Amino acid sequence: MDPMIILTTMFILMVQEGSILLIATLGEIFTERSGILNLGVEGLMCFGALSSFIVYYLTGNWVIATLAAAFAGLMLSLIHAFVSITLKVNQTVSGLAITILGLGLSSFIGRPLALSRVRIEPLESIRIPVLSEIPVIGPSFFNQNPLVYFSYVMVIILWFILYKTSFGLNLRSVGENPSMADSLGINVFLTRYIATLVGGALCGVSGALLILGYYPSWYDGITAGRGWIAVALVIFSSWNPLYAFFGAYFFGLVGTLNATFQSIGFRMIPTDFFRTLPYLLTIVVLVIFSSTRFRRRKMPASLGKPYTREL
Amino acid sequence: MSENLLEMVDIVKVFPGVVANDRVNFSLKAGEIHALLGENGAGKTTLMNILYGIYKMDSGVIKVDGREVSIRSPRNAIKLGIGMVHQNFKLVPAHTIVENVILGSEKNGFILDLKKSGEKIKNLASSFGLMVDPFSEVWKLSMGERQRVEILKLLYRNVRIMIFDEPTAVLTPQEKKELFSSLREMSSKGKSIIFITHKLDEVLEISDRVTVLRRGKNVATKVTKETNKVELANLMIGRPVIFEYSRYPPKLSGLALKVENIRVLDEDGNLRLKDVSFSLNSGEIVGVAGIAGNGQRELAEAITGLRRVSSGKIFVKDKDLTNASPRRFFENGVLFIPEERLGVGTAPNLSVAENLVLKSYNNRPFCDSVFLNFDSIQKFAERLVNDFEIVCPSVKVPVKLLSGGNLQKVVLARELSSLVGGDGRVIVAMYPTRGLDVGATEYVRRLLLKMRDQGNAIIFFSEDLEEILSISDRIFVMFDGRIVGEMDSGKADVEKIGLMMAGSAVS
Ligand SMILES: Nc1ncnc2c1ncn2[C@@H]1O[C@H](COP(=O)(O)OP(=O)(O)OP(=O)(O)O)[C@@H](O)[C@H]1O
Ligand SMILES: [Mg+2]
Repeated sequence: MDPMIILTTMFILMVQEGSILLIATLGEIFTERSGILNLGVEGLMCFGALSSFIVYYLTGNWVIATLAAAFAGLMLSLIHAFVSITLKVNQTVSGLAITILGLGLSSFIGRPLALSRVRIEPLESIRIPVLSEIPVIGPSFFNQNPLVYFSYVMVIILWFILYKTSFGLNLRSVGENPSMADSLGINVFLTRYIATLVGGALCGVSGALLILGYYPSWYDGITAGRGWIAVALVIFSSWNPLYAFFGAYFFGLVGTLNATFQSIGFRMIPTDFFRTLPYLLTIVVLVIFSSTRFRRRKMPASLGKPYTREL
Repeated sequence: MSENLLEMVDIVKVFPGVVANDRVNFSLKAGEIHALLGENGAGKTTLMNILYGIYKMDSGVIKVDGREVSIRSPRNAIKLGIGMVHQNFKLVPAHTIVENVILGSEKNGFILDLKKSGEKIKNLASSFGLMVDPFSEVWKLSMGERQRVEILKLLYRNVRIMIFDEPTAVLTPQEKKELFSSLREMSSKGKSIIFITHKLDEVLEISDRVTVLRRGKNVATKVTKETNKVELANLMIGRPVIFEYSRYPPKLSGLALKVENIRVLDEDGNLRLKDVSFSLNSGEIVGVAGIAGNGQRELAEAITGLRRVSSGKIFVKDKDLTNASPRRFFENGVLFIPEERLGVGTAPNLSVAENLVLKSYNNRPFCDSVFLNFDSIQKFAERLVNDFEIVCPSVKVPVKLLSGGNLQKVVLARELSSLVGGDGRVIVAMYPTRGLDVGATEYVRRLLLKMRDQGNAIIFFSEDLEEILSISDRIFVMFDGRIVGEMDSGKADVEKIGLMMAGSAVS
């Protein structure tokens, strides 16, 4: 086979997989920057995927379907926000509960869909003139469906909001030192609610991309642990949207190795190994990047700590 | 002088069990530097927290420009032109100076113009002698520089009244000089400054007037020029304080601690102690001078077992304890008075009594086999509270509610009480009098000297050269992870020590 074609195919798959991870990672970065740890990403993605699948099936309109996914993610993360910001419950516990809830709800509601094998047409790709002519990069990055383009735009938007606006500065400061932010008149609770809801909505949208883009029918466990990879990617990218871009496509690339090696008939290494690779890498990343030295510098200082106002 | 800019009249604040402010009156004139003086727990911080809107007063009146105001939050206070620099800086270390300064300011548009704000901060900084680079990140800054950022935060918001709570406690002598000249600059440009301190020399040097609080009550307000150190000390604690310590030459009785070529790494893998060697004898007291951050903390932690050494040896009375556990060090008579009172030093949510027995709770009489004996714990705690003059409503309140200086006394009382009458111990004390009022400072210094005379070996770290000169037998100077100078205190030369602390002279 022509190596150019192999490479191009590999890149296309990389962008598809990477964009799903990217949107969820961006959402979680936004949330964590405000000091709220939301481990519910997997559940939010899955529930978002199901919601958009149903709405798309009923309306045939991908925009409405995507909004439905965002709304689903937002509602589920509202529970997390209420429990961890207002009730100040341990955020790890609450986040895990959201994952279980999201996966459980999706599985329950989606069962008839899975059994009846309802199918949808995947979103169509839009070719961007000129840019899509670039070899390898063109067909992979610039001939994709609109939600993939949304993921690129979100990188810039989130980066801009976090670093160039006063709301972003407030949000980051709340994640670092909420009592100080409070004393300067910043509404810590409101900021954290907004960050958690927006982050949750993005996780929902990432689920929408997953199913509207690449899976014609619903099946149980469709997210396959991608939410957890996104959680690792947040750390890998040092809580910075720009680095998340590279991190997500790197993980996307690793995720395509299986298909690529199969297509070129390379059988020296069992396919199970490649399938496990992204998860293995997730663990490695978590271990390396969780070292105290790294975290002290980059991690939002108040991540996971509930804020209580002193008298 | 001019009209009063600020008046606080009959301020009352009651905490469960203590009247922290009992009808306190305080006034401030435009352009004045007004010192607020008082023992630990006298209510200084409380009074200022009320002014800054952190605490709500129970009764009283606050007037700004002659008009009665109600201050419900720090944001409120800032609007009225009142700002505060806390003792523990409230900054985001991961952010740049600009980001810290403009945070929450109403001048920010939705889209930030960091360049323009940076320019503005630079101009402000240079007009008050507070040189900083607006775009560097705060975690890279020294304590003195961080304090400047706090001041810039207030200047950026155009406050007229600036409150400083013990601002010199964390500064090097050089930084203190710079702070004082900035304070003068600010007051000459019309800012009014409230300055809390325990150091009488600072009061005399910087302030125009001084107000003294005692046990929550006003004692006096004096024009600084018309008073002196002895009178102020007398007003503060109600008895004269002796600033001289009568000293005999040390009676040395054998080697207590020996450190050979130790090296220590910090969390980031940087070498913080570079081949430090020294020995300490029973019956002597050694003072370690140096600017904070030159390896003092690492050295103290290494010789108490709290930090691993990567090479070198530590002997406590001939016993090799290199990299042994803190418990083993403690059992071999090494006692530690740490720098941080709230973190390492105390368990914030436990009561005063529990904190006082923290290290001896599993010994008689506090514990018979399994159960704690609360009666004897309480009696013991009450005795220490009395001896050390710890101001607290009762020994049952959580220790985190104590004033800064009283917290420090709890730590000291616990560590020092476990060896009353004992000898042959090694006492490692970090900044033992930091945050203490003159009375308590005197008490602690005397206690250290008494311990010495009982045959204990003492090594203490201090930034206060005067303290080091007044009680130590030998003096070490630390710079950049090394002991760069060692001398008998009789032959010590302040100039030379100052130079060595700055790394510019080696003996
Ligand atoms: N939040 C609080 N709850 C209960 N008691 C408190 C609280 N804050 C302060 N106190 C008590 O009020 C008294 C005055 O404390 P304050 O902090 O004003 O003293 P201070 O003059 O600043 O002393 P220091 O010099 O030691 O800092 C102390 O007895 C302290 O224990
Ligand atoms: Mg105080």
